[in-house]
Amino acid sequence: MSEEKDVLILSIESSCDETSAAVVKNGRQVLSNVIHSQIDLHTLYGGVVPEIASRQHIEKVNQVIRKALLEAGVTLDDITAIAVTYGPGLVGALLVGVSAAKAIAFATGKPLIGVHHIEGHICANYIENKDLEPPFHCLVVSGGHTHLVYVSDYGSYEILGRTRDDAAGEAFDKVARAIGLGYPGGPKIDKLSDEGNPEAIVFPRAKMADNEYDFSFSGLKSAVLNYLNSCQMAGQEINRADVAASFQKAVTDVLTDHSINAMKRMGLDKLAMAGGVASNRHLRASMKKACDENNIKLYYPSPIYCTDNAAMIGVAGYYEYIKGTRSGYDLNAMPGLKLGER
Amino acid sequence: MKILAIESSGLTASIAVADRDRLIAEYTIDYKKTHSQTLLPMLDEVRKMTELDLDTVDAIAISNGPGSFTGLRIGAATAKGLGFALDKPLIEVPTLEALAYNLVGTDKAVFPIMDARRNQVYTAGYTFVRNENEPSGYECVTLLAPTAIAIEELADMVSGEDREVVFTGDGCPVYKDVLDRMLSGRAHSYAPFTQSRQRAGSVALAAFSYFEKGLTVSADDSHPEYLRLSQAERELMEKKKADGEG
Repeated sequence: MSEEKDVLILSIESSCDETSAAVVKNGRQVLSNVIHSQIDLHTLYGGVVPEIASRQHIEKVNQVIRKALLEAGVTLDDITAIAVTYGPGLVGALLVGVSAAKAIAFATGKPLIGVHHIEGHICANYIENKDLEPPFHCLVVSGGHTHLVYVSDYGSYEILGRTRDDAAGEAFDKVARAIGLGYPGGPKIDKLSDEGNPEAIVFPRAKMADNEYDFSFSGLKSAVLNYLNSCQMAGQEINRADVAASFQKAVTDVLTDHSINAMKRMGLDKLAMAGGVASNRHLRASMKKACDENNIKLYYPSPIYCTDNAAMIGVAGYYEYIKGTRSGYDLNAMPGLKLGER
Repeated sequence: MKILAIESSGLTASIAVADRDRLIAEYTIDYKKTHSQTLLPMLDEVRKMTELDLDTVDAIAISNGPGSFTGLRIGAATAKGLGFALDKPLIEVPTLEALAYNLVGTDKAVFPIMDARRNQVYTAGYTFVRNENEPSGYECVTLLAPTAIAIEELADMVSGEDREVVFTGDGCPVYKDVLDRMLSGRAHSYAPFTQSRQRAGSVALAAFSYFEKGLTVSADDSHPEYLRLSQAERELMEKKKADGEG
C-alpha cells in the first residue's frame, strides 16, 4: 500500500491591506484561511496608506499564521512547503510576508515558493470548482488589476488584454468618492445601483484600436466627473443611484464584451473571474447572461476568495510546488512583478 | 546561553551569533543590495560556517528601532518568523543603545546619531558604569532616551554635558560640520568606522543584559519602535489640530 503523501502548503499574503495565512491540502482543499482586514484603519484616509498597512502587517503576521495552523488542526511540522506572495503589490507590505515566510522556511528547512498575487487570484477558482482545469480564460478584476488571461496549463499564463490606465476597481473607488460614497467604492456602488437606472446616462465604452482585448477606464471616470460637474454648473440635482448604475453598466459591458469576444475567438468554453470586482453582483449577472447565450461555462469564487486571501496563494503555491518551483533565501518583494514572470 | 542577533535598521545588514562570553560569528555588509536580499542568505552562511544548530539558540535579538521603517520591518519580520518557527523569545534592543555598545567601556558620554531626514536626527545619550554583574562588565546608563530632534537641539543639550562626548552612527558624516561649529572649544570626537555603524555583535552584547533581567518579548507581540508616526497619520493629526483651533 503506497498512498501518496498529502501536500500541505502554509501560505502567507500581505500585498495590500489584508494580512492573511492559510493551510491548503493538495492544492484544492482549504483547511484554514485566516484574514485580518485593516479596512477600518484606512477608511479614515480614503484609501490604503502603505506605511500604515506595513505597520499593521508586522503587528498581526504571527498571530494570523498561528491561527491558520490552529484552525487547520496541524502543526508547522506537518507542513510540506511555505508559499508567499512576493508581488505585485505595495513593496513595504509585501516585504513583511516575504521576510516572515523566508524566516520560517529557513528555520524549518522546508521549501519556499514565491507566488504571483494575480496567479493566486486566478487559482482561487480551483478551490470551489473541483471540475475546473486548464485550459480556460480568466478575467482578473480588482482594485489594482484588470487582466484578461489565457490559462493554458497549471502555472502557465498568457495575457490577452490589460488595462491601459486605471484598474476597474480603481475606477469604482474614484467614482464612489466623487459621488460621496466613500471607500471602498466597489461594494457601495454595487449596492446603490440597485436603486438606479443603468440606462439613465450614457457613458463611453472605450475600445483600443491595436488590441481589442485591452481596457481603458480613465476616460469613463473622466466622463462621470464631467457629468457631475456639468450638473452642478447647471444647478441640476444629481441622481446618485442613476450615476452609479450607469457607470457600473458601462464597466460591466466592456468587461463582458471583451471576455466573450476572446472566448469565441479562441473557441474555449470555460471562463473564470477573479479578484475583488469579481464579487460585484451586476458583473456576475451580466457575465452569466452572456455566457449562457454562448454556451460558455462560467466560474467565479465565493466573495471570501475574491478578496485578497492566503488560501488562493496556497493553491497557486501547490501547483508551483508540483512543478518544482523553489525560491531562494534572497527572495525579494517585487512590487511591479508581471504575470507569467519569475 | 546563545543569542542570535539581527540588525537591519540602517544601511548595514548584520548578523551575529554569540555566547555570553564569546562572539561566535558576526557578518556585516554595508552595500547597496536591499536587506531583503542579504539578511537571510547571510544568516544561512553563518549557520553553515559555524555548524549552528538553530535549536540551540536561546533567544533572538533584534535591533528594534528607530531607523529606516522598511529596514526595521525586514529585520522584525525575520526575527518574528524565526521566533515563531523555533519557539524562542525575542529581545528588543533599542538601535541607539546597540550603537552605544559599539563603544562599551568608554568613560565618555556616547551620543549615537542617525540621520532621520526632515532636518532631524534619531539620537540618545548613554554612559557606561563599571558593573561586574553585567555581561559586558559595564552597565549602560541612559542620559537621554531615544528621540527624534533637530541636530541643533542635540548640540545644545550636549554643551551642558560634563563628560567628554563621543558621537557614533550614520548621522556623523552628515552633521559633523554643524556639530563642530556648535561645539567649537568643547571636547568631542567621532567614533572610527569599526565603531560608527550598526553591528549585530553590539546588539547581541546589549541583548545579554536584557535577557538576564528577564526582558524578553514573545515573537508574536514584538514590533519595531519607529519613534515616528507615518506621514498620513501626522498630516491627519495636524489637520485635526488646525480644525480644532480654527
